[in-house]
Amino acid sequence: MRTNSIIFLDFASTTPVDQRVVEAMMPYFNQMYGNSSSTHQFGQLADHALEDSRRVVADFIGSTPNEIVFTSCGSESDNLALRGVAFAERDQRGAAHILISPVEHHAVSITALQLQELHGFEVEFLPVDQYGIVDPDEVARRIRKDTAIVSVIHANNEIGSINPISDIGEICRARGVRLHTDSVQGAAHLPVNVDDLNVDLISLGAHKFYGPKGIGVLYVREGTPIYPILTGGGQEQNLRAGTHNTPYIVGLAKAFELAQSDHEERQTKYLQMRDQIINQVLDSIPDSRLTGHPTMRLPNHASFIFKNVDGNTLLMMLDAAGYACSSGSACKTGDPEPSDVLTSLDLSREWALGSLRVSLGQITKQEQIDGFLGTLPNIVSQVRELIPQ
Amino acid sequence: MSGGVDSSVAAALLVEQGYEVIGMMLRLWSEPGTASVNRCCSPEAMAQARRVSAQLGIPFYAVDAQDVFYNQVVEHFIDDYTQGVTPNPCLRCNRHIRWEFLLNHAIAFGADFMATGHYARLRHEGSRIHLLKAVDKDKDQSYVLHVLNQEKLGKAIFPLGAYTKKEVREIASDINLPVADRPESQDLCFIGDGDYRQFLERNSTLGVGGGPILNHSGETLGTHSGLENFTIGQRRGLGISSPIPMYVLEKDSSTNTLIVGEQELLGRDTLFAENVNWVSIESPKEALPAKVKIRYKSSEETASVIPVDAETVKVQFDSKINGITPGQAAVFYQDEICLGGGIIYASE
Repeated sequence: MRTNSIIFLDFASTTPVDQRVVEAMMPYFNQMYGNSSSTHQFGQLADHALEDSRRVVADFIGSTPNEIVFTSCGSESDNLALRGVAFAERDQRGAAHILISPVEHHAVSITALQLQELHGFEVEFLPVDQYGIVDPDEVARRIRKDTAIVSVIHANNEIGSINPISDIGEICRARGVRLHTDSVQGAAHLPVNVDDLNVDLISLGAHKFYGPKGIGVLYVREGTPIYPILTGGGQEQNLRAGTHNTPYIVGLAKAFELAQSDHEERQTKYLQMRDQIINQVLDSIPDSRLTGHPTMRLPNHASFIFKNVDGNTLLMMLDAAGYACSSGSACKTGDPEPSDVLTSLDLSREWALGSLRVSLGQITKQEQIDGFLGTLPNIVSQVRELIPQ
Repeated sequence: MSGGVDSSVAAALLVEQGYEVIGMMLRLWSEPGTASVNRCCSPEAMAQARRVSAQLGIPFYAVDAQDVFYNQVVEHFIDDYTQGVTPNPCLRCNRHIRWEFLLNHAIAFGADFMATGHYARLRHEGSRIHLLKAVDKDKDQSYVLHVLNQEKLGKAIFPLGAYTKKEVREIASDINLPVADRPESQDLCFIGDGDYRQFLERNSTLGVGGGPILNHSGETLGTHSGLENFTIGQRRGLGISSPIPMYVLEKDSSTNTLIVGEQELLGRDTLFAENVNWVSIESPKEALPAKVKIRYKSSEETASVIPVDAETVKVQFDSKINGITPGQAAVFYQDEICLGGGIIYASE
């Protein structure tokens, strides 16, 4: 493949691991390789690294270290939050109602729907506005005494919109209901402070912020009713069994530290390019629309829909032309269906199949964006011509 | 790419020859509401094509062609059966899907040529390109490629035309391509269980049902269940009792009549073909001596191809032949060269 000549504009899907992160991880593969649960000094070295990492994450999100649970990925964090809290709340106070938004990542929505289908919970979807944003008043209207958990995504992966988590959290807290937010996208770019956000559970995944794939965090506020879903050894406050993945945990902490300590600097760089992309695409391509909120959105994230465009073909042609992008309806098997998120925005099929997401990263250069914006209008019109009349 | 040995080796040969290769696969239609998947693009086939592409170090894309395949191939398949003819959907697929829809995509992706794993060859003769039979006569697929034209031949590469199937298998094994042998023919790829009669029952709204069975002199011998259930030359399952074996001679959709007769009446020495396409040569003005195939796997028969108008020919065989079937293609050859062909609509 010619990946060295292709420009990566899909940093919302994943990011390259920062070299400083790689270096922090390396000793834990084959030098300090002990099992953190062991008594001996090999184990102690690994345990130090583990607890240092836990402290770093806790410091940045404003929690105590024992509220941090390391998991294998953002999806596992979402699963633990929903399953763990739903089952515990039902046992402890008979709460079996789950309130989520229609713009959740599948790790939340599919999990909630399985809890409904197999385990007798009732799932209710909050309405969203045209930008895919949840109105806190709707949460207040729909939350019930028997609501086991509310889950609203911090920043949506497909359309970039940021939800008013703090306001939603206030409502949940006043009603004694636990709020979870999936911040797998958000934490790469936004400050994530558990008290500012008024949340009880937050999911994070390292690979969105220049850490390695296969490692995540669930923050669980002290006192939250929750059961483990992966049982075995007593690791992670009995909430997540399994030998600690020390090198990856070290990598996650290092990457999170880098992301959270200079997110303002990263943000400034992104904002100008993002808005250039948004303005220029909407100006230069007929029948194009922005998806998600124009300003309340991730700083590195621009997403669009184009009328009468096959989103898959668009992505393939962009790839062949040297630009790696993504789409809400992307499907590598060539069987396009509009995504749940775009469907929740009430878009007609002729619009919803033509989605495109452009997401920027630390290595993105201005001239790459200029080149991309010069190429895109032509490719969109070529894709439109390929649809037989 | 289909994930099978032919297209995989074709891609490998092109990579070896120094081409910059992009793997493409068509996502074709399959019947909604059934568990079936299109056999040309099953998940296994797609995974296989992806693995081959990864091994060859080429990008791979699956192109959605479900709607266009339905409109151009499946709908016509249903209509043709309803009108009493026996269609060959692979011909329409090659003409409208592979060598038009997919070729347009390939060109839009920046490609200069489109290659397939078909067994056929091309030869430049002055300003014209001739479509030739493959070296491997058992595998030759020029029959289905007769629907191309000079412009498309100019964009086509058939890397396998000079190889035998045996050699292609050996290449695959030599370079350790992860290809499994799959059934050769994917005919009726969109009918998961291969049962086209059931498929037509579910999908044909125009079906007129049963009608009379007549013999050649117009005497009624019985009734049939629907013309689509019968094919020219068929003997079994007619449901009539006769002291001598009777064969389907004709399907007359205008009167919904099945005409049957003795074996010797099956033989015909003339056929008429429409939608004629001359792939290698200019449209002839006068009769051409040719060898003619009336089905993909039929033998070649000596005949004279006589132009009637720009898109219609009469084919006069030297001797009577059996099994001339409306809806199938008659394809004309001179030695190695595939001249062109058309769709059979009548015989006498």
